[in-house]
Amino acid sequence: MLTLQFIPYSEIQGLDTSKRINKLLQVAKQNKIVVLEGRLKKEEETELIRITMEEIDDKFKGIELSVFYPEAKNMQLFDKVKTNLVNLILGERTGLTIIGPAAIIKEIKKDPNKIQLLTKDIKVKRKKKR
Amino acid sequence: MINSIKKILNRFLSKLFKKRGHIKLGLYGPPNGGKTTLANRISKDWLGEEMGVASTVPHETREIQIKEEIHIKSNGKELSFNLVDTPGIATKIDYEDFLKFGMKEKDAKKRAKEATKGVIDSIKWLDDMDAVIVVLDSTVDPYSQVNITIIGNLQARNIPVLLVANKTDLKKSKLKKVETAFPQYKVVGISAKYGTNIEKFYDELFELVS
Repeated sequence: MLTLQFIPYSEIQGLDTSKRINKLLQVAKQNKIVVLEGRLKKEEETELIRITMEEIDDKFKGIELSVFYPEAKNMQLFDKVKTNLVNLILGERTGLTIIGPAAIIKEIKKDPNKIQLLTKDIKVKRKKKR
Repeated sequence: MINSIKKILNRFLSKLFKKRGHIKLGLYGPPNGGKTTLANRISKDWLGEEMGVASTVPHETREIQIKEEIHIKSNGKELSFNLVDTPGIATKIDYEDFLKFGMKEKDAKKRAKEATKGVIDSIKWLDDMDAVIVVLDSTVDPYSQVNITIIGNLQARNIPVLLVANKTDLKKSKLKKVETAFPQYKVVGISAKYGTNIEKFYDELFELVS
């Protein structure tokens, strides 16, 4: 069974970078898929990768990460200004960030209108181990 | 905000007083894109010797490799730089993936551990780069989050970027797809292995750094 945990942006808004990342990674390490409202800052995405690498061990293999964000080039000038202003005041609430544990999620495929989570066949793996 | 201004100011000052020949040119990208093959191509073309070992097994480069004082010439112009080949950046590393290449479990675990450290080092070095070549495998979907994150970060740090769509010698290569994925960047399609279109790459390198 797959568990998706939704995290509203308000839950990470007041946190600094390391606390934000720690909160998201702790959920992923419980084999849950994080669905975060909005996105992290670009530097925080890199920091997420860096800290993920530090956390990797025999049990935790890392993450699959995907950020869905409306393309600015498709927006009218007024919408661009409005979005930038909202992001500046309230944080990057636009879009969606998905963080899945690599032990479960093989790949996240992006499509303008759909999100595909390709999962690993855990049952087959278990059978093989027996 | 203050940190960002500091970084931009430091970058400006370091560029202003940088001695010619001390430009740090980084090769970045996901594992197996062909960074080391390109590094070897550049190093062999201009120094007559290879730089590192390239392999089909992911995460072959697990430490930062530097080749200092590479001087290149193209169309009467000259350029000197230190070439920095970095380990591939990934969001996951599973030692079991290395077992598929016939590695023993102990060796695979060691490689995975070293690979995670390599990714951390690559990220740490981002700030030291004056210009970056992002090497992508043109046979693979370019829309991966790792690619987007690397390129987005370089943009945020105001580091000039050139995209290389490598492995154009392969049938599955889709140069157009890479160009479509990153329309705001120059993309050069090459085969680092065979040296195809490498002259065009050197021309673009001059454009990037000058």
